[in-house]
Amino acid sequence: MSDVKIRFDDVVKRYGPLVVLDHLNFQVADGEIVSIIGPSGSGKTTVLRVLMTLEEIQDGVIYVAGEPLNKMESGGRLVPASKAHVRRLRSRIGMVFQNFNLFPHMTALQNCIESPVYTNGLSKEEAIKASMELLDMVGLADKRDHYPSQLSGGQQQRVAIARTLAMRPEILLFDEPTSALDPEMVGEVLNVIRQLATAHSYTMLMVTHQMGFAREVSDRVCFFDKGKIVEQNVPAELFDRPQNERLQKFLSSVKEAH
Amino acid sequence: MTGRLAAVAALLAFLLGLSVATFSDLRVFLPAILKGAVVTVEVTFWSLILFYVSAFLSGIGRGSKNTFIRWSCVVYIEVFRGTSLLVILFWFFFVLPEFGITLSPIVAGVLGIGLNFGAYGAEIVRGAIVAVPKGQYEACTALNISPLKRMLRIVIPQAVIIMIPGFTNLTIELIKATALVSAVTLVDITYASVQQNQLHYRTLEIFSVTLLLYYCFAQIVRFGMAMLEDYSKRHLLRKA
Repeated sequence: MSDVKIRFDDVVKRYGPLVVLDHLNFQVADGEIVSIIGPSGSGKTTVLRVLMTLEEIQDGVIYVAGEPLNKMESGGRLVPASKAHVRRLRSRIGMVFQNFNLFPHMTALQNCIESPVYTNGLSKEEAIKASMELLDMVGLADKRDHYPSQLSGGQQQRVAIARTLAMRPEILLFDEPTSALDPEMVGEVLNVIRQLATAHSYTMLMVTHQMGFAREVSDRVCFFDKGKIVEQNVPAELFDRPQNERLQKFLSSVKEAH
Repeated sequence: MTGRLAAVAALLAFLLGLSVATFSDLRVFLPAILKGAVVTVEVTFWSLILFYVSAFLSGIGRGSKNTFIRWSCVVYIEVFRGTSLLVILFWFFFVLPEFGITLSPIVAGVLGIGLNFGAYGAEIVRGAIVAVPKGQYEACTALNISPLKRMLRIVIPQAVIIMIPGFTNLTIELIKATALVSAVTLVDITYASVQQNQLHYRTLEIFSVTLLLYYCFAQIVRFGMAMLEDYSKRHLLRKA
């Protein structure tokens, strides 16, 4: 049994009366690659958003590498986490967004070194060296001085991945990383993610509509519906022998669409 | 571009004709008006600094999570936006001495104009900050960027471009509003013109020159702001 990297313990997330995560229990092991699939509104993106602390949860505890994220231990009890505590844990997590969210007033390289330099206090030379290696890895070293507006969607997303990696996270979250891309650019982004999945030891959590890709790179696929995991299994089993009726329906509707 | 050239050419022709027609009189009244222009520039310069500083501070402060900061900014903005600039100037110059605070005319003028326009500018700053997409804030959280650095290095640089047209208008308005400082005994370009007119009765010439000078000031601002806008747009052209 490998170490548990992420643990959701009875997590509840509500928007007013709408329950998005319904007493979710969920674990991801160290180095494991997990894909989350499901219909829209099933809460799958919310799993990533609460983990990245973009949203607060109403109940339950999220553990990152054994430490509670939204709470901290003080005198044997769990109390609301301090800002420093959240920042420390957050530094272990990186997120890639559907819409890239690059800083439009900065070049590709400036986007990558911004937080390493101004948050982590790295020297500019070190940050540039590390970021150039990452830009090279995503195949965009020659675009270092381009602004996001001068890059294609696929290139922007690859810069965004390099920017996320520049913070040296252990956990990578991908929120539908290819959904905003033109079809011909999906491949280049998936290639980069595939490379991260196979050649590195990141723990990865990915929300995706690319079923073929999820099947190829994931150790496990979780099917979300109505804020809960309805079914989870190794990809081959889940895709070829779905047990749950809603999953069967979902998979056949996805198949029809392609 | 041709439009701009035509405007400049027309202006020069107008200026030339005017100076030929009134050459002898110019010598009489121009030095006094230019002396007034120096006062106008001086008041404008310091007011602009105070204007931009107070606009940014209160515009950002209005969105603060800290209740005290937020409400201080709201009170400042509402008080100075909701009252007449002329009356504010009277207050600073004639009323404050009754409370033992005596301000020189120029300080009273600069304070009144700068703070009054700052209150309007605050709304421009706030609106521009709100217009920066939510995804930018989320990227900052994901990259662990602190709220202060997020504001200074990510949000404001993007918001500035949205602010430029509004600030261009207010800056030109501010220059023209400096005419009110004559109410606190300063002899600015407008007041100097009035004085010269009373002395020489060359009404057409004197007020044409004054008009022209204000127009030139406004063009300098417009040109400078247009360059700033060009510069920031080159770096900020945003694709969805």
